[in-house]
Amino acid sequence: MESTIVKSIDYNAYFGDNHVVKNVNIEIPRNSVVAVMGPSGCGKTTFLRGINRMHELIPGATAKGKIMLNGEDVMEMHPIFVRLKIGMVFQRPNPFPNLSIYDNVIAGYKLNGIKLPKAEKDKIVELSLSRVALWNEVKDSLTKKGSFLSGGQQQRLCIARAVAMEPEVLLFDEPTSALDPISTSTVEELFHELKKNYTLIIVTHNMQQAARVSDKTAFFYVGELVEFDDTKQMFTNPTDIRTQNYITGRFS
Amino acid sequence: MKYRIGKSTGFQVLTITLAFACVVPLIFILIYILQAGITKINWHFITNLPKPVGEVGGGIANALLGSMIIIGCASVIAIPFGILCGIYLSENKTSKLAYWSRLCVDILQGVPSIVIGIVAYFWLVKPLGGFSALSGSAALAIMMLPIIIRSTEETLLMLPDSLREAAYALGMPFHRVILKVIIPCGISGILSGVMLSVARIAGETAPLLFTAFGNPYLSGNIFKPMQSLPLLIFNYATSPYNDWHDLAWGASCILLIFVLLLNIFTKLITRKWKVQL
Repeated sequence: MESTIVKSIDYNAYFGDNHVVKNVNIEIPRNSVVAVMGPSGCGKTTFLRGINRMHELIPGATAKGKIMLNGEDVMEMHPIFVRLKIGMVFQRPNPFPNLSIYDNVIAGYKLNGIKLPKAEKDKIVELSLSRVALWNEVKDSLTKKGSFLSGGQQQRLCIARAVAMEPEVLLFDEPTSALDPISTSTVEELFHELKKNYTLIIVTHNMQQAARVSDKTAFFYVGELVEFDDTKQMFTNPTDIRTQNYITGRFS
Repeated sequence: MKYRIGKSTGFQVLTITLAFACVVPLIFILIYILQAGITKINWHFITNLPKPVGEVGGGIANALLGSMIIIGCASVIAIPFGILCGIYLSENKTSKLAYWSRLCVDILQGVPSIVIGIVAYFWLVKPLGGFSALSGSAALAIMMLPIIIRSTEETLLMLPDSLREAAYALGMPFHRVILKVIIPCGISGILSGVMLSVARIAGETAPLLFTAFGNPYLSGNIFKPMQSLPLLIFNYATSPYNDWHDLAWGASCILLIFVLLLNIFTKLITRKWKVQL
């Protein structure tokens, strides 16, 4: 299998006339954790949302360039198929409030009208919840509503929901910024487990988090990809002066 | 300091008094109509046709059935249009079409009911060659539309965008996002809009004068004239006979109870089916 799973070629994203992501070229290796960091408004979230074509849902948003998933351009694919292969977890936990915990996990199947036998559904729910270390906490309350859980549990439920679809890539948009420190560390520990099966791309404005969880780090600044390298290399010996300034806290 | 506290207390007393003053007329109307009407209501009253002047007894079965049919048909016409239009408006906040339809809905809400009746008369009654319950339903449906559209739109707009994003991120197509996520989450608001619109038109008389027209006999044919409660009240209350006045009081009482129950029911549904976001 090829080692690169996602590759962007001259990717540009716009909101109307506002050029938010400029000529991004990046190659993301399979089964790795990639952190995308940068100051606010640098286009990192927009780039992330471009990968599974969520960007274009916003009125006035457009994109140019290519994003290759296993050598296939997602810009040419139907967005629905792209999003089945590339899961996403958002900044704020957003479980479906009308569904039970069980149904939230299999929401991707249930709401898409994919019929599965009960035994298989049970298996998917248990496996997905185990992968996000939530199974033991909720196995006795699967029929309760998703909003019954705490914030950190809800976020792990959302990760389970994305994992249940067996995607190849998981996108995280500042997944811990709405969580308390204990929930944050639980979610961070998950990343190490999840990368065995998936490729993770995590947007974060928290440098320590990037340093803790990622194998590689990308630094965005004013819409440009400034530097992309092994996390250790980035944080000890960055090549670009802007990365250096950002890491040492000279601007944020 | 004392002066300030006095002013504050005075203002509080004022708000309480005025709030109470609003409720007083409603309570008096309720008591008065219940007093005048409740004694007239019995099984005989709701299952029999009106009797000619001079004969004792008689009921309002024709008006009751007619009202149900006319309101039912109006709902069948208005609910799908209203909900779909509301969905469109909430999903396309900025499009030109949404702007214009929103404007039209607002204006439609302000059109007097008698004008809607006349329009239905010229568009439906005349071309179809006679008064009919269906044309009455169409006129009432037009009155229901703005209420349903606006309440649907406002309910759905209150749902957070993160919900739509969650659904889209799972690869759900637009129609499934709407049918499986957006509508179930907003169902209590949509239903309460529908019920309120029914309560609103249940007592409408003006549009029915030129359309459903009224009918002293029991009729289930929607292509023929049909009696309804407000029409019966209008005709009998303006008649010179005491027996007919009693009938009108009884019918008013039933109409009032129906609207009250509908409102209470709406409150219950909204509370029970509310999705905690």
